[in-house]
Amino acid sequence: MVKKSIETLVGVFVLLGIVGVVFLALKAANLGSFRASHGYELTARFDNIGGLKVRAPVRSAGVTVGRVTSIALDGKTFQGVVQMDIDQRFLFPKDTAAKILTAGLLGDQYVGLEPGGDDKNLAPGDTVAQTQSAVVLENLIGQFLTGRAADAGSPQAPTSASAAAPSPASAPAVK
Amino acid sequence: MNVFAFVGARALAALRGWGHAAFFVLELLAAVPAALRRFSLVVVQIHAIGNRSLLIIMASGLAVGFVLALQMYYALVTYGAAESLGLIVNLSLVRELGPVVTALLFAGRAGTSLTAEIGLMKAGEQIAAMELMAIDPRSRVLAPRFIGGMISMPILAVLFSAVGILGAYVVAVLLIGVDAGNFWSIMQNQVDVWRDVGNGIVKSFVFGIVCTCVALYQGYETQATPEGVAYATTRTVVISSLAVLGLDFVLTALMFSTR
Repeated sequence: MVKKSIETLVGVFVLLGIVGVVFLALKAANLGSFRASHGYELTARFDNIGGLKVRAPVRSAGVTVGRVTSIALDGKTFQGVVQMDIDQRFLFPKDTAAKILTAGLLGDQYVGLEPGGDDKNLAPGDTVAQTQSAVVLENLIGQFLTGRAADAGSPQAPTSASAAAPSPASAPAVK
Repeated sequence: MNVFAFVGARALAALRGWGHAAFFVLELLAAVPAALRRFSLVVVQIHAIGNRSLLIIMASGLAVGFVLALQMYYALVTYGAAESLGLIVNLSLVRELGPVVTALLFAGRAGTSLTAEIGLMKAGEQIAAMELMAIDPRSRVLAPRFIGGMISMPILAVLFSAVGILGAYVVAVLLIGVDAGNFWSIMQNQVDVWRDVGNGIVKSFVFGIVCTCVALYQGYETQATPEGVAYATTRTVVISSLAVLGLDFVLTALMFSTR
């Protein structure tokens, strides 16, 4: 009788441990939120993927519709090839544009899909034609500085507007 | 010359101690299959080591979760990032605090009782009596306790983390009023099952083996006197704690170094 009750208590203890693991896996980690419904695959090629990571969210209008499944470098074109797993409930038009965006000023990067107006939809395995690379902060600062330098060289340069858009605005001023 | 002799003697003694402990562990591992065949002995030990530690582990987990959530809230609310509270509590519990604090409590709660029990068995000549009756005390006494500790420790660590996260939920969501959806979803986005939860369980498994081995060795090698048992019990706590903290650093460096 004593033996039986000890066995029962140990059984409860072990089951409690299993419940704990399930809780940690499903409620407190990513096992439940991810791969709830399997979707279809899309590919996009970017000149620069910035800090994008595998498993980063894919969003359209701010709503998460999928995940980045793999990132690779195309050896011929030297572009970053990003594979995405999109929820099959959502179909996007052929002329959808993919951008690499940043959540907040310093947040994680994600892929933003902006649907176009085409009648046909992207089929599984298709490649998104229009892409916009990630904004690399160093390049932006570099452009800003060269813009400033060009402004300083010209006597009557438009002040703040040219700094943000460097080459087209400042080129005539230099001439 | 005396200095050399002193250093040499110390080094040899230390080496002898390590070798002795290593042989003890090897003999213990060799006795494990025999103990697995009589699993009822192991079940009794899981009850003694695991079930009886459950209350203190869960109470500590809840307290750690409460305090962590409260302190993190004060720090994070300054930056308007109070929603990431769940994520921070989760990662610190699952990766570090769960395994380490559980192992420290485990050494204090279960390790000492193992050492004292076996030390007193030795002081009362019970182990010698077993050997006289041709019963191997390793497979009969030591190995069931070893397996029991090895099984109990990961379960306790998982429960510590789970209860801690629930405690953080109570403080953050129910008391302070952080948004519940954000609390869980940020956590689910950032915590990886294998990388974070899995590595935490591996850690607690290693700590369970180390703590149990230290406790059993100290009990088995104790001086068969009241002072000897007291000394061995103290050393169990000291050595287990230091080993856990040192190993934790090494394991963390191995597991979470690259990203």
